Amino acid sequence: MTVAFFLNEKTPYVGDTSNVLLDWLIIIGGFTLLLGVVSILRVSAQAIQRKKEGWPFKIATIASVLVMAIPSLLPVSWSPLFGRFEGSIYDWVFVNLQAPMMATMFATLAFYIASAAFRAFRARTAEATLLLLTATIVMFWRVPIGEAFLNLFPGDLPYFINKFIMNGANLAVQRGIIIGAALGAAALSLRIILGIERTYMGRG
Amino acid sequence: MNLGRRILTSKSFATLALSFSLLSEAALAQEEFSVFRSDRINALITVTLFSAAVLLYTRWAKQGKPLFLRKIAGLDAVEEAVGRATEMGRPVLYIPGIDDLDQIDTIAGISILGRVAQITAQYETPLMVPVRYPLVLAAGQELVEQAYILAGKKEQYDRDTVRYVAGEQFSFTATVSGYMMRERPATNIYMGAFFAESLLLAETGNAAGSIQIAGTARPEQLPFFIAACDYTLMGEELYAASAYLSHEPIMMGGLKGQDLMKIIIIVLIIMGVVLASFGWGESGTVFKSWFQAV
Repeated sequence: MTVAFFLNEKTPYVGDTSNVLLDWLIIIGGFTLLLGVVSILRVSAQAIQRKKEGWPFKIATIASVLVMAIPSLLPVSWSPLFGRFEGSIYDWVFVNLQAPMMATMFATLAFYIASAAFRAFRARTAEATLLLLTATIVMFWRVPIGEAFLNLFPGDLPYFINKFIMNGANLAVQRGIIIGAALGAAALSLRIILGIERTYMGRG
Repeated sequence: MNLGRRILTSKSFATLALSFSLLSEAALAQEEFSVFRSDRINALITVTLFSAAVLLYTRWAKQGKPLFLRKIAGLDAVEEAVGRATEMGRPVLYIPGIDDLDQIDTIAGISILGRVAQITAQYETPLMVPVRYPLVLAAGQELVEQAYILAGKKEQYDRDTVRYVAGEQFSFTATVSGYMMRERPATNIYMGAFFAESLLLAETGNAAGSIQIAGTARPEQLPFFIAACDYTLMGEELYAASAYLSHEPIMMGGLKGQDLMKIIIIVLIIMGVVLASFGWGESGTVFKSWFQAV
């Protein structure tokens, strides 16, 4: 794949090798889904069998897996309720149950951000005070009422906040982390390719 | 698992190449057909230089030359955190990210899992590893089993230590958060690729009173981990963790090669700043097109 990366895709035999290998990966990945289903069913069944705490929820887990999986695998020609198209059982459960539940989980993030910010922004040291001041200015700038207030002052304050804090200090640090991470990823890849790093296979 | 390993190796090739693919962004489209992609020569040179640096330092490490590595507090705390879980009689929760095995972050997370599993096996501490992708499940199960065998505790290995919990991001988060509040693991370790669920998990772990160690290469998730965790590995530290924990000079050689490359990039950045500040290196020059691509 490394060699193919440096070759023209139209080069006979080798040019398209990486795409072919990636297609194989997708096919194999599809089959491995069965491993996940077996794992979740086995763990849940054991919990029910041993009457572990909260075992009735495991019944709901197994029922959910079966309700989502079985009708979606059956052919649409048998019934419009089968398959994964609009009007199917799969589609109804996804739109009316799964999507709202996932949206609810995501929405709770706002409260978690508030509690984490409260802890992080305590002005205990000089650095923490600087962080608190910077965060206050940036948050003020990001809400419409804050921006309207900043615009009451002479000079384009929102522009300076954007230029010096977000696109200045913030972006510079992010780029430093990204460059370091890219080099780290490349070094790890090399260690794996050369067989130096074998811990991902359970070898020391 | 042999097939899985082959896939991993081939994905590593892809990752190595793609890590440098940014270098080719500024290149012009080729009009005439040629076997080689001339617009990717800068990537080829960088890969060659980088490989040479890593191999050179690995060779020196093999010869026994002393290599200095700075301390990474988060990694030094891993054993202590597992020890705390043992004393409290509570499990250790390890999450190798929520991405698939074709992501280098996940491979790094899985590699660290092997080290952590060896420590939990030695201390006979329960370990729980929830995963979101079946391939990660297969690799994780194999890895943890090997770790228990290496620790001489094969009989204590539970196949459901690594378990598939959900394929959807927030279903996974809900399951793991529920586990944290019910079982109250003494130690939570997050290593790999995390997205919007990072703070949900870390804050829940914090509320459950767990000691938390996180590591991710995604800058947008780092503030959340820093706010909610006791130790955070940033960017490259995640990829270095496995080598650092191994204490093997050969693996540490790779890290030194990486440092050399970083020095070269810092020198290039300073050159770019100087050239741009004096008005040199405007559009059309070789340095600018190369530098922008980097």
